[in-house]
Amino acid sequence: MESGSGQSGAPVERVEPYPDAAAEARLRRQLEETWHVPAGFLGWFAVTDHRTIGRRYIATAFVFFLIGGVLAALMRIQLAVPDNHFLGPDLYNQVFTMHGTVMMFLFAVPVMEAMAVYLVPLMVGTRNIAFPRLNTFSYFVYLFGGIMVIVAMLVNSAPDAGWFAYVPLSGPDYTPGKRADFWAQLITFTEVAALAVAVEIVATVFKMRAPGMSLNRIPLFVWSMLVTAFMIIFAMPAVVLGSTFLLLDRLVGTHFYNPAEGGDALLWQHLFWFFGHPEVYIIFVPALGMVSAIVATFTQRPIFGYRAMVLSLVATGFIGFGLWVHHMFATGLPQLGLTYFTAASMIISIPSGVQIFCWIASIWRGHPRLATPMLFVLGFIAIFVLGGLSGVTLASVPFDLQVHDTYYVVAHFHYVLLGGAVFPLIGALYFWFPKITGRMMSERLGVLNFWTLFIGFNVTFFPMHILGFQGMPRRVYTYPAEMGWGPLNLVATAGAVLLIAGGALFVFNAVRSYVAGTIAGDDPWHGETLEWATASPPPVYNFLHIPVIEGRHAMWDRSLAPPVVTGLRSDCREVLITDVMGAEPVHAYELPEPSIWPFLCSIVTSAFFVGSIFTPWALPVSILPLTVTLIGWFWPKPHPNLRGDQPLVRPVEAEG
Amino acid sequence: MSSRPVIDVSPLPKFAFGHKGLIWWGTTGFMVIEGSMFVMALIVYFYLRLKVDQWPPSLPNPDIGFATANLLLILASCLPNAFAKKAAERFDLGKVRLWLVVLSLIGVVALVLRAFEYTQLNCRWDDNAYGSIVWLLLSLHTVHVATDVVDGAVLTALMFIGPVTDRRFVDVSENSLYWYFIVAWWIPIYLTIYFAPRWL
Amino acid sequence: MRGRSTRPHAACVWLSQFLMVLTVGCAGNQSMFNPQGPAARRIADLGLLMIAICLVVYLVVIAVAAWSLLRQRQASDDSAQTTARLGAIVAGAVAVTAAILVTLTAVSAAAGRGLTSPTSQDTVTVDVIGHQWWWAFQYRSDKPQDFVTTPNELHVPVGVPVILRAQSRDVIHSFWVPNLQGKRDLIPGQITTTWIQADRAGVYRGQCAEFCGHQHAKMAFVVVAEPMDAFQQWLQRQRQPAAEPTGDQERHGRDVFLQSTCVTCHTIRGTDAGARVGPELTHVGSRQTIAAGTLPNSVEHLRMWVANPPSIKPGTRMPPHGLSPEDFEAVVSYLRSLE
Repeated sequence: MESGSGQSGAPVERVEPYPDAAAEARLRRQLEETWHVPAGFLGWFAVTDHRTIGRRYIATAFVFFLIGGVLAALMRIQLAVPDNHFLGPDLYNQVFTMHGTVMMFLFAVPVMEAMAVYLVPLMVGTRNIAFPRLNTFSYFVYLFGGIMVIVAMLVNSAPDAGWFAYVPLSGPDYTPGKRADFWAQLITFTEVAALAVAVEIVATVFKMRAPGMSLNRIPLFVWSMLVTAFMIIFAMPAVVLGSTFLLLDRLVGTHFYNPAEGGDALLWQHLFWFFGHPEVYIIFVPALGMVSAIVATFTQRPIFGYRAMVLSLVATGFIGFGLWVHHMFATGLPQLGLTYFTAASMIISIPSGVQIFCWIASIWRGHPRLATPMLFVLGFIAIFVLGGLSGVTLASVPFDLQVHDTYYVVAHFHYVLLGGAVFPLIGALYFWFPKITGRMMSERLGVLNFWTLFIGFNVTFFPMHILGFQGMPRRVYTYPAEMGWGPLNLVATAGAVLLIAGGALFVFNAVRSYVAGTIAGDDPWHGETLEWATASPPPVYNFLHIPVIEGRHAMWDRSLAPPVVTGLRSDCREVLITDVMGAEPVHAYELPEPSIWPFLCSIVTSAFFVGSIFTPWALPVSILPLTVTLIGWFWPKPHPNLRGDQPLVRPVEAEG
Repeated sequence: MSSRPVIDVSPLPKFAFGHKGLIWWGTTGFMVIEGSMFVMALIVYFYLRLKVDQWPPSLPNPDIGFATANLLLILASCLPNAFAKKAAERFDLGKVRLWLVVLSLIGVVALVLRAFEYTQLNCRWDDNAYGSIVWLLLSLHTVHVATDVVDGAVLTALMFIGPVTDRRFVDVSENSLYWYFIVAWWIPIYLTIYFAPRWL
Repeated sequence: MRGRSTRPHAACVWLSQFLMVLTVGCAGNQSMFNPQGPAARRIADLGLLMIAICLVVYLVVIAVAAWSLLRQRQASDDSAQTTARLGAIVAGAVAVTAAILVTLTAVSAAAGRGLTSPTSQDTVTVDVIGHQWWWAFQYRSDKPQDFVTTPNELHVPVGVPVILRAQSRDVIHSFWVPNLQGKRDLIPGQITTTWIQADRAGVYRGQCAEFCGHQHAKMAFVVVAEPMDAFQQWLQRQRQPAAEPTGDQERHGRDVFLQSTCVTCHTIRGTDAGARVGPELTHVGSRQTIAAGTLPNSVEHLRMWVANPPSIKPGTRMPPHGLSPEDFEAVVSYLRSLE
């Protein structure tokens, strides 16, 4: 068997007799051994398995979600009645800033990426995510960034200038101490983690799909994550740059945002919102993919209009980059420019509308079954469409100039974020919980969970539209009784109690089901996509054999004796690399073994990030440790791998 | 249900150069990310330029001596870079070692020249917004050069120390790709820092 | 797993949402739907139109979704003909959506055009200067000595457009009086412009609408609209320097004031106090509110405020007074006398 420099080997297509049970058992044992997850204390830090990292990511994001929820509860207590003294302004400002920051940076984006980390390799039919060590590194960087800002909060040094930290308020002159530095550096932590995962997703989706999964057979959830990954790649550099400028202004005296020395306060807003608007689509587009997966499964029909759905995902991704100035309508920019941004902000509803209409069409022609995941999808439709419509009104400059920075906007973005992203996410967790844990969540508790959250959500946030009309601005730690805002605020706080109950109910259901839920089996829902083809939870190698995909709906189009790939080595971590368009096999590739080095590198990186908040010396001091950990990470195995790589150097004349 | 093997991938190679392989996608992904940052930084430069009448504001233009020498050096480095890439794709270890050493030396010289460039900028990062963005643009690029020089040095060492396998040659090819990226971005950054104040 | 009937569940989901939507916002003192000037009226009309359209769209979408969920399935649902028909309907829905959006964009642009600047040429211009956490309104005039600066209270003549040139001394703030106009940000390093016009005499409350630090919540102001001659009289009165104190306590109060730390921040024209860090106090007695709209102006509130500002506005730059009780009372009565 020769493996050439790319041209000589080609896959062989032939039909062989069915392998016997003994051979299958041997294969299973060997794959388990090859792909084993390292055990023990040190092993926990060295894991590069995408399912393990995905579970950790999801669990960690949920802890941050609960923290964000507690912060919201504190806000609602303070605002329940006028002139309240529960939280003074300094504490309140830290609380609302942390609520937004934790929710947006430590929960919303990471949890969506986490779902992708877990599901995408399974859905495309491969054994692990691309660049698994980078995946591990990314998780720890995210974790340490989150820990940093929570610790900052516990020592009364939480950021307090809002989750988008406008300058000059967050600059060196108006925020003393390190609060804004922790915030800006949190951006760096979370963006590094997110960018790493985004690159992995692109590489996995483009190059590691199972044979037969051509572009037009990619599941809609995978498409949504691919679009999201591209958005992350193009959007995040702006905020990395912007937050770096802020850190430099604060630490070493640069003048990017100092109008007195040629800098510009609006520069921050442009840089932040160029990222910030795509950011909300980064959160929302994965949810669109989740909804498609759930609707297909719970109507037992393919989603109506696959091509239109894919195109609208892509269109949303593109158009989302052209809207950012709608956050800046009140800043006095020229009118003509603003009109363009109004039009763009309206037009983006069209692809979202396509999605909604196609789902309704799917429900129309399918056989809907209202299990809990589907209930959350219905809730999503009811809530998100309202949020989308309030967004359309916000696109109008004159109207926005009245409701901008009021509770109307708070209502809008909670409708689209909670309704448009969290409801699908909860539904998705109910949906994929059996796959991840092997057990079903309680359906009875699920229905109760849905109603608590749905009613709680609307009671909390609908009144805020009205509060906005009545002139209540955002980010106020209290308000006078004469304004008449008290009753609706009290109603909102009452709704928040229900929301908390709903959150607690979800955690209770999850924990109880994890321990004692009904055993799920491989495919409890009769699902459409490939993850349902393997056990629940999937074995550490995902699939015994890499499948060959026979249609757009991997499970529903599968023949009785499903065709599979053979010839991948099972004695090393070999995966199949296929081509971008048609997923034809191109070459086999040995993924790296688990390693402690990505974790060690994340420690050094985090120390560097935190250190540079306090001194520029952090940079020179970190260079050597960073280099050492990176060398440890990338240095190839000491003994040539006789199994995967060629052991010898080839002579020059062996041309391909 | 039992499965039915229909494709045997064992004859396939274990690696591939360029976009057929997996690593290229990682490298390209990071090039797009860094490239987006460079684009943004350049846009910021011109955004700040348009806010004032005089540019640089009350400061002299940067001197172009060392910068131009550096530009010519790293443009010239494209040649050994191309040789390294081609040698890697031919699995010619001897040539790969040679050109990697040459590139490492060039990289070190480029960094030294870059250090002198800083002294010729005729501004400090904390003078005003102009000084800030000029230092930032230069430093953004310098970080990339430095990282790639260290990276390249480690790779060079690896090609001498071993183990050298086919996939190492793919690494050399990817490394060359990244060096092209760094060279290419120097051109607009050089023109912006050193000639925008003179031409605009 | 069809253990429950699906119809009541589904119906409940839709109905509850529907009822929510029926409760629309209404008026109040700082409400955008209580317009008292042409700009706010235009925006309120636009707002109501958009909300009405959105409500109809919402109800239609929810109704169609509900019907799709609840309808009786048929064998022909999977046929090619049905699929084609569905495709046409979806395409039609997209077209209708696009048409609505284009209409809304056009309507919004039309409304916006009438809002950027007033139609009339007879205008009054006022400079708005934002500070953490108070407002300075400056009325210029031909003679610099006739400049008038009033903190936290903006007087305007009824029926006359007032051009506002806004800037900030520190961080970004936002000038917003919903009864009269949309908001405009105050950005350090540049001047932004807006205009307001009140069509009826009255007092309209406004509030900072861009988070600006600790006391963002209590950075309010009032706009007092009065007929032109009343306005001119007010302006004339404001031009006068501070009234001479008549009583002993007031005179003593002035002396204490001028010798205490108050003068490091406050101006009282006609005295030696000329600092511009805090609001000008020349006519503080005649203002409707104090502490940036936080408290109605009365002896009791003035006492509370001057005695311990951080207790009213934690984080404020104004420190507690540190005077003896008699001196304190004297200062308060002096300030009350500055009408």
